[in-house]
Amino acid sequence: MKVGVIVFPGTNCDRDTKWAFEKIGAKVDFVWHTEHSLKEYDIIVLPGGFSYGDYLRSGAIARFSPVMQNVAEFAKKGGYVLGICNGFQILLESHLLPGAMTRNENLHFISKFHHLKVIDNNNKFLQNLNVNDIVNIPIAHAEGNYKVDDNTLKEMYDNGQVLLKYCDENGNELNPNGSVDSIAGICNKEKNVFGLMPHPERAMESILGGIDGIKMIEGFFK
Amino acid sequence: MKIAVNVHLKKGVLDPQGKAVLHALETLGFDDVKDVRVGKQILIDINTTNKEKAIEVAKKMADELLANPVIENYEIEVKE
Repeated sequence: MKVGVIVFPGTNCDRDTKWAFEKIGAKVDFVWHTEHSLKEYDIIVLPGGFSYGDYLRSGAIARFSPVMQNVAEFAKKGGYVLGICNGFQILLESHLLPGAMTRNENLHFISKFHHLKVIDNNNKFLQNLNVNDIVNIPIAHAEGNYKVDDNTLKEMYDNGQVLLKYCDENGNELNPNGSVDSIAGICNKEKNVFGLMPHPERAMESILGGIDGIKMIEGFFK
Repeated sequence: MKIAVNVHLKKGVLDPQGKAVLHALETLGFDDVKDVRVGKQILIDINTTNKEKAIEVAKKMADELLANPVIENYEIEVKE
C-alpha cells in the first residue's frame, strides 16, 4: 500500500500523518504541492495545518495549487482521498466534499481530546468500527463549524455520507464548535473521498493518550 | 479601475465574530445595537478603464475564489 501525503506551504501535520500510516505498514511519500503525478499512490492524504496561512478562507488558496487538480482527477477515477482538519477544509473548498467551514461558534481555537460517535460504517474508512461505537480522538481547530444547506444534508444522510458526530463519553451529542448536527466527519456520494476535523493520526499510541485512530486508519488497508 | 468586493456571511449563517463585536459594543454602553455582521472587503485594482468589463471580471473572481457560495454573499462596488 502506497500513500501520498500532500504538503502545502503551512502544512504542519505531515510528519505525524506519515508516521501514523507507516505504523500500520504503508509506504509513505511526501508529495510537494507543485507535483503533478499521483499515479503510483493507492491513497492520498491531505494532512492538517494552515496551508497558505489560512488566507482568505481556510483551504481556499490550496485548492488552486497544481497538485489539487491532480487530487481531483485521482478522486474522480475512484482513488481514495482522506482530508484531516485543514485537509478537510481544502476538500470542501475544492468541492470534492459538500458544505463549508466557518469559525467555531465560541471563536476559540479548540485543542483537546473529544469523543466521536460512528454514524455510518458502510465505507472503507470506518469499516473496522461499528455504528454507535464511540472513539476518542484529538481535535485542534478554529474553523470546524461545519455548514451545509438542508437539502444537501438530507441527501447526505440518505446516502450514508454523515460518518462521525461529536459526542460525550456516553455517546450523547456534544457540540464543541457549532457544526450542523454536531457533524465531525463526512464522505462524498461515491464514498472514496473522506474528510474529518479530528486527528486520527494523533491517536496512535496509548502513551500519547489513546489508540482509537488506529482502527480508523487501518480501514484503508483491509 | 479600483473595485471593491464586499463579502458577507449569508443571512441565516451564524456570524460568531459579529456576535462577539455586538457584545463588546453593548459592554461599551451602545445599548441600541440590534445586530452586527462582520464581513471583509477585498480591494482590487484592475488594469482597465471599462467599468462594465471591470465589474464582469470582479464577478468572475468572486465566484471562483473570493467568496464561498455555500456560506457567503458578495457585492461589487466600483471605487473609481
